[in-house]
Amino acid sequence: MEEFQVIDNCLMIKLPEEVDHHRADYICRNADRLLIRDDVMHVVFDFEETKFMDSSGIGIIMGRYRKISCFGGRVYAIHADERIQKILKLSGLTQVLEVLYD
Amino acid sequence: MTECRNLEERRSKMKNEMEILFDAVSCNESFARVAVAAFVTHLNPTLEELADIKTAVSEAVTNAIIHGYENYHGYSGRGESQPAWCEVHPGKVRLHCLLKEDMLHIEISDKGKGIDNINLAMEPLYTTKPELNRSGMGFAFMEAFMDELAVESTPGVGTTVRMCKKMNAGAWIKDED
Ligand SMILES: Nc1ncnc2c1ncn2[C@@H]1O[C@H](COP(=O)(O)OP(=O)(O)OP(=O)(O)O)[C@@H](O)[C@H]1O
Ligand SMILES: [Mg+2]
Repeated sequence: MEEFQVIDNCLMIKLPEEVDHHRADYICRNADRLLIRDDVMHVVFDFEETKFMDSSGIGIIMGRYRKISCFGGRVYAIHADERIQKILKLSGLTQVLEVLYD
Repeated sequence: MTECRNLEERRSKMKNEMEILFDAVSCNESFARVAVAAFVTHLNPTLEELADIKTAVSEAVTNAIIHGYENYHGYSGRGESQPAWCEVHPGKVRLHCLLKEDMLHIEISDKGKGIDNINLAMEPLYTTKPELNRSGMGFAFMEAFMDELAVESTPGVGTTVRMCKKMNAGAWIKDED
């Protein structure tokens, strides 16, 4: 599945159209399976397809950040639309999450 | 002028109500937010209003499912069927919407385990389930995206979340031309 791909030392996660509690377990489970590989350092969340996200998305990102930050890993967001950016800012996550603009 | 008065009259009489009762399972989270979005579409809401309402509904419904009935795990992935390890606690979530003039009132309630300390629960970043990847931002989002938020809860009895949002422009702009 190309939703979860390791490229160089980054785990790239292609998030689904709707990021909610229903989808969260699947994303966390697959992400964590790859995070234990020692070549993975950073996580990139790709919001290209994402049209909806609630606090479940914040939990997903926070949880992955906790797992990798102690080894110097970082979390990034790409292709986040205005709505997603607003939610990320509101949650305070942008203090640790780097939002990359295209 | 008379036309204008008719419009006012029409608006002030406008009232519409709906109620749905559904199982406390994670696939109904998207059902609930889409149902509310569909309920208000005839008002021509802006995309932002729609997104605000959907987020707030999703937060309250998800809370009822996870915290109220302790159905912790979402089970999407390949296929929609529930994995065998995932036990489902029975319970229903009630979603009630009332559209009165340009105000949307939403009430979401469960008969789950209830909240001990509502003020504490509503604090941003407060969560009783950090091990489940919850961030404690649910109530903060409801507050941010709706105009009013009130929570009523009795431990062992259940929780009711009431929210309102003023629906702007949409209907007016359409009626005027
Ligand atoms: N319907 C409910 N029944 C019982 N407890 C609830 C209910 N709704 C909220 N709570 C309690 O209030 C706390 C805060 O809720 P909030 O939605 O803000 O955060 P969260 O659900 O823990 O995390 P997030 O919504 O960010 O994923 C919850 O952790 C839970 O203890
Ligand atoms: Mg919540």
